[in-house]
Amino acid sequence: MIEDLDGTGGADGPPPAAVSPSTRSSPGGLSGNYAIELQGISKRFGAVLANRDIDLRVERGTIHGIVGENGAGKSTLMSILYGFYQADSGKVLINGSPVSIHNSRDAIASGIGMVHQHFMLVETFSVLENVMLGAEEHALLSRSAADARTELQRLADQYQLSVHVDTLVSELPVGEQQRTEILKALYRHAEILILDEPTGVLTPQEADQLFRVLRALKARGVTIILITHKLREIMDITDTVSVLRMGEMVAHLNTSETSMSELAELMVGRKLESKSYHREVPLPADTEVGIEVVDLGVIDSRGKSRLQNLSFTVKRGEILGVAGVAGNGQSKLLEVLAGITPPTSGYFVINGHRISADKPGNPSLMRQYKVHHVPEDRLKLGLVKAFTAAESSVLGYQRAAQFNWRGLLQLDFIRNACRRLMDAFDVRPVDPRLKSASFSGGNQQKLILARELEKAPDVLLVGQPTRGVDIGAIELIHDKIIDMRDAGCAVLLVSVELDEIMSLADRIIVMFEGRIVAEVSGREADKTQLGLMMANAHQTAAGDAAA
Amino acid sequence: MDAFSGFFAILDATLRVSTPLILAAMAGLFSERSGIVDISLEGKMLASAFAAAAVAAVTGSAWLALAIGILVGVALALVHGFACITHRGNQVVSGLAINILASGLTVVLGIAWFSQGGQTPSLGSDARFMPLSLPLTDAAREIPVIGQFYGDVISGHNLLVYVSWLVVFGTWWVVYRTRFGLRLRAVGENPLAVDTAGLSVSGLRYSAVAICGALSGIAGTYLSTAQNAAFVREMTAGQGYIALAALIFGKWRPLPAMSACLMFGFLDAVAIRLQGVVLPVIGEVPVQAIQALPYVLTVVLLAGFIGRATAPKAVGTPFLKER
Repeated sequence: MIEDLDGTGGADGPPPAAVSPSTRSSPGGLSGNYAIELQGISKRFGAVLANRDIDLRVERGTIHGIVGENGAGKSTLMSILYGFYQADSGKVLINGSPVSIHNSRDAIASGIGMVHQHFMLVETFSVLENVMLGAEEHALLSRSAADARTELQRLADQYQLSVHVDTLVSELPVGEQQRTEILKALYRHAEILILDEPTGVLTPQEADQLFRVLRALKARGVTIILITHKLREIMDITDTVSVLRMGEMVAHLNTSETSMSELAELMVGRKLESKSYHREVPLPADTEVGIEVVDLGVIDSRGKSRLQNLSFTVKRGEILGVAGVAGNGQSKLLEVLAGITPPTSGYFVINGHRISADKPGNPSLMRQYKVHHVPEDRLKLGLVKAFTAAESSVLGYQRAAQFNWRGLLQLDFIRNACRRLMDAFDVRPVDPRLKSASFSGGNQQKLILARELEKAPDVLLVGQPTRGVDIGAIELIHDKIIDMRDAGCAVLLVSVELDEIMSLADRIIVMFEGRIVAEVSGREADKTQLGLMMANAHQTAAGDAAA
Repeated sequence: MDAFSGFFAILDATLRVSTPLILAAMAGLFSERSGIVDISLEGKMLASAFAAAAVAAVTGSAWLALAIGILVGVALALVHGFACITHRGNQVVSGLAINILASGLTVVLGIAWFSQGGQTPSLGSDARFMPLSLPLTDAAREIPVIGQFYGDVISGHNLLVYVSWLVVFGTWWVVYRTRFGLRLRAVGENPLAVDTAGLSVSGLRYSAVAICGALSGIAGTYLSTAQNAAFVREMTAGQGYIALAALIFGKWRPLPAMSACLMFGFLDAVAIRLQGVVLPVIGEVPVQAIQALPYVLTVVLLAGFIGRATAPKAVGTPFLKER
């Protein structure tokens, strides 16, 4: 599971969808007390009703969480608030008076600031230039820059939002890029700050720092809307929370009166069990090794070292989790092991075959060696969007004898095989002729997983198996990976979701800047400690903690 | 003394030949910095050259010719903008279409209006931008080398040559020192950031494209009413593309782009100078080989340098708000 669900309410919380918005909505005063109020917002895209009759009220100076699965309509709702989309019907009130927001300019003028999930920064610009952009008072840059510099200093002092003003954004760590986004909003005098999945790219420590900033903002009367699927964050920081499910608001709650398990059930619409999968008893020492990596290194075409001296093994019947903040070499490692990128130094032995710089592999060879790969970026490497599900379901295996007859693809056979895969992995809708792009992220992922697992691999490489996948599908994906492990497959699991790694992996290695900086067993893993390891700060921080 | 005057003659020619390249490169800089690929510099120059020469031939006014040249450049640029910005069309296809349009239309109209096989009538000196003698030229010539340089190389060009130098400085100043420049650079890197900052992506791109058209118009006018005294069919002869190459050499920055233009101009000037000259060992170099020299070097230099050039990130991609 993404979240463990042992919140205060426990598993015996009220049944989902039984909470009516009116009964437990936060006790509000006059409508003038609401910084933002939505009334009956609906938005339709073709046949899909992304938002249906949404009501929402957020009191001034509070932090309000909006939770929901992927595709529940959170982003649509926020896009309507920020003027990306126009609602088909409904009203938006800011500070009690109706506004119409047609573009970002209107939103900014209404005092709304937004920190997007994918930052809206110009990477070749300095922080200062990014903050100024669009809010320059003067035609000459030097005058605007001087103003912005003074104001940034004031904001930095007031909210502990320190940034290196003259550094290029591309050279900043992600946490500081995010602070730049917040500063951008504050520089434009935002009184309502919307953050869309703000912690997805942050280490736990950076996330803590973000929350400190948010609390400081709240103390100054800023209203904050936090969109997330991480329930622990909702419990930590919000005052009130709303749950979206399939485009509808199913509950408005006071955070202090709810629990993670109740929220999770409201999000999914049914009960969920918390599961921990990793083996409690270590594998015997003489278990056969599936992947052995020795001193592996990769230097890319620009001469930059991407992987350095990696050595580890994965046994048959074991899941090795690779943790790390995105971009620290995990993706490269998967590429190398899958035969996409050759190593430049060292070697690895996978299922008895040795791959090195002199003797590089390739994806098709690796498949012959029974190494199968569920790639991180499913749209780029996993399937072809314009192909039908049936075509995507044989990608990489299109030359297999069973799919061919005298040089022609056996389309009927392929479609039937695809249908069987879809049934087995609960891919919906069960329609092999549907375009791959028309499936939701979770169903695309299940299709890819089905394709690779069906071949009964000896070694399974899995990258971000549940990224952008809804909670219901996550359970199935995790169960299938565990089934492979139990069948004696060596599994390498790369994920940025610590909860996922901690629940699945028997052992965990932590990568930082292309190196392995720590290894822990899945049973003993501790989230805080892993977070520090991911920032490569565990030794010093451990010292601090001891002091 | 003699060696200097020969060298200065080449430099003098370099400046004359580089001017349309410089103007076109600055035109391209505005467009590409805003995220719009512009291979139609060539077509815009050609159309402006024709329009300017036609107006000059009929009215006898070089200034009116310049105004119409700019107008035609802007008009074609807005067509390009309409296709690429408003309708999010393919920028290369649209540029190519403008080039083909200009190439055909100038000849058709030229034949219809002037019946000289696509040429315009020769322009008298009133209808052209004529060489200017800068102050103190004659006095300066008395000073060896420096004064001579001033007299032979710097002085004695037509107004548009000096304008092109101002344009380079102006471009630098606008792009790096003004609010518009900041927004221009931003919209070519990350239009979504510009949009969420409350600015109009289309508005910025249209302005950039219009400036591009105006500068291309000056470049075209220069070709037919300053460097030459008439419009000749296909008289741009690939200079729009060379300007684009110079822009890439210069990594989309004004001063380096100008330097690249001067380098191409210099090669051109040397090529002209070398015609008929007997070189040791090689003997007389064939005219064709010398004329090909700038292009050969372009290919070689492009192959050698282009790998390190980083374009504005969003160049060539239409802006689509997708969420």
